[in-house]
Amino acid sequence: MKRIGLPVVLVALWWAASAGSTSFFWPPLPAIVAAVPSTWTGDFWLHDVVPSVVRLLIGFFLALFLGVAAGVALGTFRTVFFMAEPVLEFFRALPPPVLIPIIALVAGYTGWTAKVVTITLGCLWPVLLNTIEGVRSVDEVARETARSYHIAPLKVIVPSAGPRIATGARQALSVGVILMVISELFGANRGLGAAVVQFQRGFAVPQMWTGIILLGLLGVALSGLFQLVERHTLAWYHGWRRAEREG
Amino acid sequence: MITLDVAGLAKTYTGPGRSVEAVRDLTFQVRRGELVCIVGPSGAGKTTLLRCIAGLLPATSGTVTLEGATVTGPPPGMAVVFQDYGRSLFPWLTVRGNIELPLKEKGLARAARRAACDAALAAVGLADSAEAHPWQLSGGMQQRVAIARAVAYEPSVLLMDEPFAAVDAQTRADLEDLVRTLWRDLGVTVLFVTHDIDESVYLAQRVLVLSHRPTVILEDVPIDLPAERDQLTTRGSARFTELRAHVYELVQLAKRGHRPESPVRT
Repeated sequence: MKRIGLPVVLVALWWAASAGSTSFFWPPLPAIVAAVPSTWTGDFWLHDVVPSVVRLLIGFFLALFLGVAAGVALGTFRTVFFMAEPVLEFFRALPPPVLIPIIALVAGYTGWTAKVVTITLGCLWPVLLNTIEGVRSVDEVARETARSYHIAPLKVIVPSAGPRIATGARQALSVGVILMVISELFGANRGLGAAVVQFQRGFAVPQMWTGIILLGLLGVALSGLFQLVERHTLAWYHGWRRAEREG
Repeated sequence: MITLDVAGLAKTYTGPGRSVEAVRDLTFQVRRGELVCIVGPSGAGKTTLLRCIAGLLPATSGTVTLEGATVTGPPPGMAVVFQDYGRSLFPWLTVRGNIELPLKEKGLARAARRAACDAALAAVGLADSAEAHPWQLSGGMQQRVAIARAVAYEPSVLLMDEPFAAVDAQTRADLEDLVRTLWRDLGVTVLFVTHDIDESVYLAQRVLVLSHRPTVILEDVPIDLPAERDQLTTRGSARFTELRAHVYELVQLAKRGHRPESPVRT
């Protein structure tokens, strides 16, 4: 209940502050709410929201898989990391949106591929860099225990790095939402991000606001879902940390 | 029947521009079913020695032979109990998960793993803690879990690296008795490294006293205490005091840098 309080207050403030507004770009909140039924139609969900979210999830999980695999390799073999680091820094410095035309050249302008690749590229870095860090900080005694008991190194490295991988994944998810929108700014006419831009261009201001609100709600839902999964899979980590604090 | 044969083991760490001779020449044997303690002053290269025997660290020269096979990496017939149980047990696994993982990697079937784990936990007095995570247990209990993991692995030699250095005195006494009991009941061969003179005399059939670095063996002290030992009467006996005094003197000699004319080979 404590977490509901602030949103309620903010919505009430918005409601009060925007009441009676005659500004075209700043419609009263009731006007925005009134635009919801005609905007969030079945067609809108099916052809804009769902495809965007599905692309986001494909890109995110692809990045998670690639980032963990490459991160384990780079974190384990120092020379490989040493050789790869300048190249990694080069590509990390490139914001994925500027690559969209190049990606589109290879993957096509209007289809899903270019958008998914854009999201994957953006999500990759936080996962990769955090995984490398996590793998490098695996406890030396844990490694030696694994060696002496002939336990496959991955079975110790991956869970040990788990908390860091989760940190990277959480960052990647926020990056992913941003790139989900940006990837639709070029060469797309459907999708949640594309819809918001088209409302803007068509001066459908209340509709645009409903799209923005929906994006925010999507972020909240994804982060809530992420926390749920993280708390379940890393329950040991939170319990362990609590035990260490209480000594 | 020789289980573990260490012959002319030497280890020199070489770094850029300098080298440190940690272990010069160690030769000793452990027979099947023996309980041998290695004691030495701090800085005697105890950990280096143990890591070489465990196959975790390559020796500069000399050989370690376990059950007739030369050790080049961690041998399958060896289980190590590390001093730092908190880092050696995997926090993401339950007690059962920790004990069964090495058995799973060994290819044991599910039912056999379960049985081995239950038996090992019962032997260390933790039958009720199988589903807990290690960090939910006290330090002494965690080290019991580590011992149970080693015992369930059914090693030819159980290596213990100052396993009780981090627990309180009372827990330590309990764990010492546990090692004696496990050794007697299960017939495992134990090589126990410690810096605690009393502990070495109380536990062992033989105590190998190490010199200061570069390490050689100063003396191989047979411990002729009765097989039935307990904290009160054994530690109070005249013979215990004599042996303890003897080992103590040797360790003092070692600290002052005394070295034998020629290394003791046992």
